[in-house]
Amino acid sequence: MTALATPPTTTAPAEDRPRARRPRSASSLRSVSFWLAALVVALVLLAAIAPGLLAPQDPLEISLGESFDAPSLAHVFGTDQSGRDVYSRVVHGAGQSLAIGLGATAIGLLGAVVLGLLGGLGGRLVDASVTRVIEVLYAFPGILLALILIAVYGSSALTQMVAVGVATMPGYARMVRGQVLAVKSSLYVEAARSLGHSPARILRRTILPNAFRPLTVLVTLGVGQAIVWAAALGFLGMGVQPPTAEWGAMLNAGRTYIQQAWWMDFFPGITIVAFTLSLTVLGRHLQRSTDSGATR
Amino acid sequence: MTTDTPSTPLAPAGPLLARLRASLPGRILVRVLSAVVLLWAVATIVFFLQHLVPGDPALAILGGAAANPPPDAVAAVRAQYGFDQPLLVQYGHFLGGLLHGDLGDSYTMKEPVVAIIAEQIVPTLQLTAASLAIAWAIAIASTLLSAGRPGLLARIGSGLEVVLAALPDFWLGVVLLVVFAVTLRWLPVVDGGPAGLVLPALTLGVPLGGFLAQVTRDEFDAASRQPFVLSALSRGARLGDVRRRHILRHAALPGIALSGWGLGSLISGAVVVEVIFSRQGIGQVLVTAVTSQDLPLVIGVTFVVALVYVIANILTDIAAVAVDPRLRSSIGDAS
Amino acid sequence: MSALITAENLSVAFDGTEVVHDVSLSLRPGSCLGIVGESGSGKSVTARSLLGLNGERASVTATRLEAGVDLLRATPAELRSLRGRRIGYVLQDALVSLDPLRRVGAEIAEALRVHGTPRGEREGRVHELLAAAGVPEPELRARQLPSELSGGLRQRALIAAALALDPEVLIADEPTTALDVTVQTQILSLLEASLAEGRAIILISHDLAVVERLADEVLVMKDGRVVEQGPTSQVLSRPQDPYTRRLLAAVPSARSRGSRLSDVPPLELSARDRSALRSRPAADGPLLEVEDVSKRYRGPDGRERTVVRDVSFALEAGETLGIVGESGSGKSTTAQIALGLTEPSAGRALLDGQAWSGIPERLRRPRRRRISMVPQDPLGSFDPRWDVGRIIADAIPAEEAPAGEAPSPRGGRWGRLFRGAGSRGPSERVVELLEAVGLGEGYARRHPLSLSGGQRQRVAIARALATAPEILVLDEPVSALDVSIQAQVLDLLADLQKALGTAHLFISHDLGVVHHVSDRVLVMQDGQVVEQGTADDVFFRPRHPYTRELVDALPHPTLQETA
Repeated sequence: MTALATPPTTTAPAEDRPRARRPRSASSLRSVSFWLAALVVALVLLAAIAPGLLAPQDPLEISLGESFDAPSLAHVFGTDQSGRDVYSRVVHGAGQSLAIGLGATAIGLLGAVVLGLLGGLGGRLVDASVTRVIEVLYAFPGILLALILIAVYGSSALTQMVAVGVATMPGYARMVRGQVLAVKSSLYVEAARSLGHSPARILRRTILPNAFRPLTVLVTLGVGQAIVWAAALGFLGMGVQPPTAEWGAMLNAGRTYIQQAWWMDFFPGITIVAFTLSLTVLGRHLQRSTDSGATR
Repeated sequence: MTTDTPSTPLAPAGPLLARLRASLPGRILVRVLSAVVLLWAVATIVFFLQHLVPGDPALAILGGAAANPPPDAVAAVRAQYGFDQPLLVQYGHFLGGLLHGDLGDSYTMKEPVVAIIAEQIVPTLQLTAASLAIAWAIAIASTLLSAGRPGLLARIGSGLEVVLAALPDFWLGVVLLVVFAVTLRWLPVVDGGPAGLVLPALTLGVPLGGFLAQVTRDEFDAASRQPFVLSALSRGARLGDVRRRHILRHAALPGIALSGWGLGSLISGAVVVEVIFSRQGIGQVLVTAVTSQDLPLVIGVTFVVALVYVIANILTDIAAVAVDPRLRSSIGDAS
Repeated sequence: MSALITAENLSVAFDGTEVVHDVSLSLRPGSCLGIVGESGSGKSVTARSLLGLNGERASVTATRLEAGVDLLRATPAELRSLRGRRIGYVLQDALVSLDPLRRVGAEIAEALRVHGTPRGEREGRVHELLAAAGVPEPELRARQLPSELSGGLRQRALIAAALALDPEVLIADEPTTALDVTVQTQILSLLEASLAEGRAIILISHDLAVVERLADEVLVMKDGRVVEQGPTSQVLSRPQDPYTRRLLAAVPSARSRGSRLSDVPPLELSARDRSALRSRPAADGPLLEVEDVSKRYRGPDGRERTVVRDVSFALEAGETLGIVGESGSGKSTTAQIALGLTEPSAGRALLDGQAWSGIPERLRRPRRRRISMVPQDPLGSFDPRWDVGRIIADAIPAEEAPAGEAPSPRGGRWGRLFRGAGSRGPSERVVELLEAVGLGEGYARRHPLSLSGGQRQRVAIARALATAPEILVLDEPVSALDVSIQAQVLDLLADLQKALGTAHLFISHDLGVVHHVSDRVLVMQDGQVVEQGTADDVFFRPRHPYTRELVDALPHPTLQETA
């Protein structure tokens, strides 16, 4: 035998095998849904970046002779009250709707991270007051907080974005705080402490990355939620004003004509459903793959 | 043996709060007290938000700056609503009013906010209650039919739940309206008696049902793998019996805990649904108030919704205690 | 006399994978059959097939499988009337084997209900059963929830439920695992009493000593097969199969002190490794001194609890000091104080004769590398984002993880996407450490989740050694491992201690393990040290009544005599 020890796995007599992974029987079906979802998200992203590629027609072009045309080969999603092509408007609306959703999520996350870190890392007093603040904000269910802000500041694309962002904040903040506290009291942080690492290093290399890791999944799911809420506000007429091509504003316009032109609401709506559903599917995939690497 | 002593809660002898939490009525009292504090904070926030409004509220009352009202009319309105007094005095009046159940007068409707809400909240509560019932029916049916069953059935069930949960109310409402009221004419287009409740309640209940079903199914699956299931079977119990008597109870717990939150999301969903179906209710009032920047009404509705939300959460807590006896005897700490 | 249960060539497969192969056994009335094996040996699956409880995915084949009825042909109704009435079944871990949402009484009454006892008679019967199982105040206990009972009482209640219909056979699957040693004896006495009443028992355990105390006959299982079978005394004193022999040799005890437990050859460290890892005591005198430390906590109900009271000890260079005690004895808190992770409420700790407690963390930090810990749950102590190489590199002083080595969030396509393309291999030092604990360089890229329990514990040891410490604090380092893996890890620790001269503070609930490894021993009870001395003095000539109780509770008769 050489000077080095033999790995016991070759000589070990007893079975000390790693636990077998669960068989992935459903993986084929899952990957179908995964690729379908990825395709939808890719298409929406493409529409947001280069709408002209998918819909060469001008979304604002009025053609009064063609108003309220039902879906046909010429206008696959039909036309609206001014004869504008609904398909072009859906494609061209992706950019602004996505921007509002992403912006709102960013605002919500930023506030949540500040609150959550203060709560999770600050002393007991700071945590107690931050928890109260989060709890108060959380008592405004759903988009109510957003509606208050819009009542105060009037409706515009910016208020819509900020309002949705603020409305999503309490949920994120609870999550961040809980996550930071859980990581902070974990055995691996204790192990890092016992190795004599400085608090700054433990915070930077262990606590923050682990606390923020589930956020990637959360953001994927959260962008979808933010787009839905923004669209709901738009639907109520509290967002971007027509004739701008934006999903919420289109829903609002379609509401008026719902009994004669169902396609004006149906197609922007189903685009939102397909997109958020795809984000959910992707988010769950992401969750499963991070979970399998992070179970404690 | 000393290490073999039971882990029953010991006679508490600590700070007041801890002692209160040790008993069930005490814990409810603590919950109610903290709810009152919470509502006070909510009221304070909305009050000061109101004073962040760019522009003069008196102008808003007189129909906005565009109406260009004469200065003495503006001054009169200011005096009438107390806008000329210091902010803290106004705040004191506001809180005093709250204690007497007075939320001020609506700018646009010139009526007490409380009266408007009292009139409109009943249809909204009916709608949310019906929706919650539909949601639970979907969740339980989906779980019992497909959870814990091997193969395709469970996968279809869980896939369907994901889709249902992802349906936004503004879209589902429109689709249901077009299909069942406009095209098939099975149900009235606009609000009309109990039949008019069906589509709005489905619009709200189906997505929440999908969500609750996901949560319930996950818990059902987890509970089915617990050793106590095997243990019950080894005593000779039937599998169906064990599913009903043991597992379902565990599976319902997280859903019950989320129902308070669910009720909140139903109320904010009611805003959209009432608009779609032209239904009377607090949601319609809120939309009108927000668009016309009628702040007392917005604040009033918000406050009442927060109140309903808080009460709903206390009720869910009590329901959770009814299902989970562990909460009755252990010293629970919500935070 | 005909057998109560007969199995011939029993095989069980799940989804096409056979996990139990050709097992034959028979249970005579009034006798106790022991089934011994490590985790994954198929012993529980074997037992469950005697009740038809392996679930829908299992396919059970046998030339003969009878327990009063022909189990291969029994209808579901026949199986249900067999369960509970003819055969009672007790699972391990009563906390989850009793429905946590139901009252203890209702659980026991369920057995009576499904077999047709009228409602009115159930309550009285439940109380009788609890009383017979040695549960004090049965009326009160029946109204309580499982979580309100201690582990011992829960196990008794579970046995009461299994015996509710006075079955001829009781199958007990690991009935004493996770119980403190003194409680373990009580449960074994209860089973013994049941056996004395004429009931036949199948006792399943990983613990040879437990089986030895009760079983007339024993079956040794490995990888789903019976490797040895016969009268207990014969199998344990003259084992024929090499696996049984290894298993017996792997049990640490007084007799095994100084000898190897596993048949893995001793570790040989290269001279280079030895010089790099060797600890260098700073001064003469004790490395670590703990003087009259106490620790008090305020509970959620506002009550103050003292978990450690006036504990004192000193740890000399190169020695192993064992701390033994049952759950709640304060031994883990003592370890935390020794590690400087918990401030004592009173008293002080000294490291190298200098203050180690009551000083700012800033002053403690540079000295932390002198004292390392090996936890009970290594997986929980690893950053879930890191692979083995990074975990170890992180512990090496002044060595930042190589820049190219991206934090590798594993798993699926996402993990692969994020992983740096140009990551370099593990550093030389990491490889040395891995080799020192008997793992090769190849393990640096593995994620702890893909390792076995024993391998994880080796990684934890490598990390602990990375700072070349003088002291290792080992908190229950082997209690989650199977006996033979435990043997390998204990041997590794002994080899390393011999080569490197590290002092060990070894905490365990297992008297055998502590006796095997320790030079001196501290016995803790309710936060206090009740006895201390050399290992042999404490265990062979215990003075304190509690130590005596612990030693008497050890079910080791032949195992110790055969030494």
